[in-house]
Amino acid sequence: MTDWQPTASLDSLRRRAVLMQRVRGFFVERGLLEVETPCLGHGGSTDVHLASLSCRAVTPAGSETLWLQTSPEFHMKRLLAAGSGPIFQIARSFRDGEVGRRHNIEFSMLEWYRPGWSLDALVEETQALIREVLPFDPGPTRKRRYRELFGEVLDIDPFEVDIASLRRLAGERGGLDMAESPRDECLDLLMSLAIEPELGRDGIDVVLDYPASQAALARRHQDPHDGAWVASRFEVYVNGLELANGYDELTDVGEQRARFADDNRARREAGLVEVDVDERLLAALDAGMPEGSGVALGLDRLIQLALGKSRLEEVIAFPTPRC
Amino acid sequence: MANYSTNEFKGGLKVMLDGDPCAIVENEFVKPGKGQAFNRVKLRNLMTGRVWERTFKSGESLESADVMDLDMEYLYTDGDMWHFMKTDGSFEQYAVEKKALGDSGKWLKEQVVYTVTLWNDNAISVSPPNFIELEVVETDPGLKGDTAQGGSKPATLSSGAVVRVPLFINQGEVLKIDTRSGEYVSRA
Repeated sequence: MTDWQPTASLDSLRRRAVLMQRVRGFFVERGLLEVETPCLGHGGSTDVHLASLSCRAVTPAGSETLWLQTSPEFHMKRLLAAGSGPIFQIARSFRDGEVGRRHNIEFSMLEWYRPGWSLDALVEETQALIREVLPFDPGPTRKRRYRELFGEVLDIDPFEVDIASLRRLAGERGGLDMAESPRDECLDLLMSLAIEPELGRDGIDVVLDYPASQAALARRHQDPHDGAWVASRFEVYVNGLELANGYDELTDVGEQRARFADDNRARREAGLVEVDVDERLLAALDAGMPEGSGVALGLDRLIQLALGKSRLEEVIAFPTPRC
Repeated sequence: MANYSTNEFKGGLKVMLDGDPCAIVENEFVKPGKGQAFNRVKLRNLMTGRVWERTFKSGESLESADVMDLDMEYLYTDGDMWHFMKTDGSFEQYAVEKKALGDSGKWLKEQVVYTVTLWNDNAISVSPPNFIELEVVETDPGLKGDTAQGGSKPATLSSGAVVRVPLFINQGEVLKIDTRSGEYVSRA
């Protein structure tokens, strides 16, 4: 048996350690507090497209189900509501089933929050962090609107195109039957197969103004360009690799509760397990979380890019198949 | 027949696609930042050897293919069919068509053990061992001092394959050949 050995070379692990220090230095210098929050929680992410791992644990309350966190978001937001000010964390996060060249079930999420900051200011800081870590100049930072990207690459308007044409295009591009697929599933397929590979070539691409239906935990606003409702979030791509996902954070407890409920309804309809809603997060929002922006960045991917590796496992000592 | 869902896909898994048995070569999980996940899957069609790339929605499933790789010894050909025998002591024989034999036809030698792939108990392909020892049945005597051809010449082997061999090789010698590249390795 030789698979006891690490998949990353010791040289890569040494270089990784140096980059982790640089990331910490970047935030400490900017006055953010490093925090550590639990991997386990009584609630988990209800996001229909994320599969949470759960376990049974014996606690003072007896035997309970606890959820391995898909990102440290909920706990960090509770700290914000408690008045922490700007915070960052490198948190081990877990997403069931996500294994591949760019995915591992457990991974290091670099997540930080900036109370009082606009999404634009956070985009600026995110690209500065990426430049701090990459040993090469990735090229200019470009802001790309979701709607315009679909127009440029696929010659469609993702907000207006009729569902029949969208399904046909997605089916052709993917070589699979999309005849029953909802709108966002078609858009996600086209984003993954046709648009992502074009992003981040000779530059850092920041995609903005996602459809309002893909808001996750971001606010929604009306696009000043065309009046369409869009999600106030961004994603950052370098070399076709999605690195980061930022939100103008939702702080309205009623809206947050409704989105959790919608997610769990969609989960029931799709035959997926429902995830316990994080009541303590809702209580924190109810008590009042400062408005602001936050972003989650896949640190393993950024290190993969910095080290010029083609597979995530080349920068992780023991990926899930060898854990 | 069992079904495999995308989260059970892995290299080597045998599944049915468009009516043909296929082996999964690679399964790549793809997902836009916040949306639906898909699997980009490379599959080798075991009937044709061709590699297909397909996209599946995560959670979709494919029927498993009743495909087995078995060790079998080559016995003989009657001109229409090529006959192999299982090496598990059962002496069970399988007749293989020319189409299923494919390129392996040029590496056949009696009593050598091949991997025969069966689908629903029919032979669909034959793979030779990586190295095989075959006799030279025809080759020119090497011309002394002629290095213009890189010091090699063609030789016809007992199985019918023609390979490049060093000039010093003579008719009747037994050579070790790498069947994957079709290249001479050494004298046996």
